[in-house]
Amino acid sequence: MTLFEKTATELQSLLHNREISVKELTEESLARIEKMDGKVQAFLSTNGEQALAKAEELDKQPLEGRGPLFGLPIGLKDNIVTKGIVTTAASKMLEDFVPVYDATVVDKINEAGLVTIGKLNMDEFGMGSTTERSAFQTTHNPWNLDYVPGGSSGGSAAAVAAGEVAFALGSDTGGSVRQPAAFCGVVGMKPTYGRVSRSGLVAFASSMDQIGPITRNVEDNALLLSAIAGLDPKDSSTSPQAVPDFRAALTGDIKGLKIGVPAEYLGEGISPEARNAVMEALKVLESLGAEWEEVSLPHSKYASPVYYAISSSEASSNLARFDGIRYGYRAEGVKNLEELYSRSRSEGFGDEVKKRILFGMYTLGAAHHEDLYVKSQKVRTLIAQDFATLFEKYDVIIGPSSATTAYKIGGKIHDPLALYANDVLTVPINLAGIPAISVPCGFSDGLPLGLQIIGKHYDEATLYKVAHAYEQATDFHTQTPVIWEGK
Amino acid sequence: MTQLTINEVKRHAGLARLAMTDAEAEMFAGQLDDIIGFANVLQEVDTDQIAPMTHPLPLYNVLRKDIPTDALDREEMLESVKEHEAGQIKVPTII
Repeated sequence: MTLFEKTATELQSLLHNREISVKELTEESLARIEKMDGKVQAFLSTNGEQALAKAEELDKQPLEGRGPLFGLPIGLKDNIVTKGIVTTAASKMLEDFVPVYDATVVDKINEAGLVTIGKLNMDEFGMGSTTERSAFQTTHNPWNLDYVPGGSSGGSAAAVAAGEVAFALGSDTGGSVRQPAAFCGVVGMKPTYGRVSRSGLVAFASSMDQIGPITRNVEDNALLLSAIAGLDPKDSSTSPQAVPDFRAALTGDIKGLKIGVPAEYLGEGISPEARNAVMEALKVLESLGAEWEEVSLPHSKYASPVYYAISSSEASSNLARFDGIRYGYRAEGVKNLEELYSRSRSEGFGDEVKKRILFGMYTLGAAHHEDLYVKSQKVRTLIAQDFATLFEKYDVIIGPSSATTAYKIGGKIHDPLALYANDVLTVPINLAGIPAISVPCGFSDGLPLGLQIIGKHYDEATLYKVAHAYEQATDFHTQTPVIWEGK
Repeated sequence: MTQLTINEVKRHAGLARLAMTDAEAEMFAGQLDDIIGFANVLQEVDTDQIAPMTHPLPLYNVLRKDIPTDALDREEMLESVKEHEAGQIKVPTII
């Protein structure tokens, strides 16, 4: 049993009635990590002393004026920079990198009174979907330790699923919040591109990267997104649109909601378990008054190659900053500047990162710029148009978050094309820049499945409303992994 | 289907400032061939009348007031630099 089975609102009322203190909550999180993380290995580092000191400070603050997330423990994906706390992006390149400023989302969670407990494992620079591409450790799925937690925000999803923290932040460039949330049976939101500031997020593919919350239930997720979203002068792509109180959207009323269900998201390559779970979920939504129809996103099958061409191109440019000079890994015993660059980069980056840089260089090179890079950008337009057309008629689009449940550790890492193909359900959303949420929708052989609800630009409120109505009508989110009790 | 040679891979690696042995280049040649083959399917899409999408949001000239603020602290930044002297970053001899 852990306190983090409770919702933020329940924990807040315990704090308010002085039944627990922020310090006790922080201690609970650290004790839980001590007990669980030897098996799960979600955390790359913890900062217990700082966290406890901050908790004591927070306990002195008056009850009035405390927000809904005050005093609650959070873990951060290790590509979100934290002043004075090592931030590695799970790469040898940044193994001892200590940032000199906080990401905007870190400023915001501090303003909300959250307590940062530690930094969470991921695929190196976000490039992967199993967290096996971390340079440091393999994170295990709390539901079955022989399986991956998904990725690239695998540490974030596993830490929440294991009850080590109440909340986590991940980042999602092609599914890296939603897919691990699905694999670990928790709730993960990829907000609209521009909703959350990317200032202080280690860049992978700048036209798609977006930070998103991972929590055990929909209400907590809505609270956390309200806290981190908003216009930021440090990120010119953030939207000036007002950030609604997303919790206000959780009315439970989805009567008359129009749902489109793309045939491409339930067809070839999708496991029967994932398909059945979605069909069952649609029945639940129907019983709540929603209507659904089968629709088509005809360019879906091109989304993965488009994603890999564009994201690798952007990555090859973004990762050019790692030169071994101003920060990060520096090769020793070099003869000249040129060798310092090439050896530092070669020794600092892992193979998956190098492969993506090389593919990006190839895609952007004069010989293939038109037929690969520009071609991908044009097909991206078609993919975005597919969604825009459906959203003229439907409020949300629904499908699975992943084609299957989690993979066995070591099972898929040697078949990159199979992994890339599995991204077909998540990457189109990033290409179009729209929001999507994954909520638990069932189990197969003890491993969780996720339902993906996709929405219009800046319409996270509707996604939370639908996800919450579905969650309250089902009990998947109340189930906990066997290791939860420390068995 | 493209067959990348070891020399082509090494040329791209050179452009990306990645030191690479022949054995590594051979491994990446095979992997890149696979991805390039995977992306070939895009050629079947008719995009003659389609404009490329460079960004998910229609943003133009996002400006802000030029107000001086506190810059990052040099001493703190130098803590991440492997070799420095008198506030200057050291690199191998260039000339």
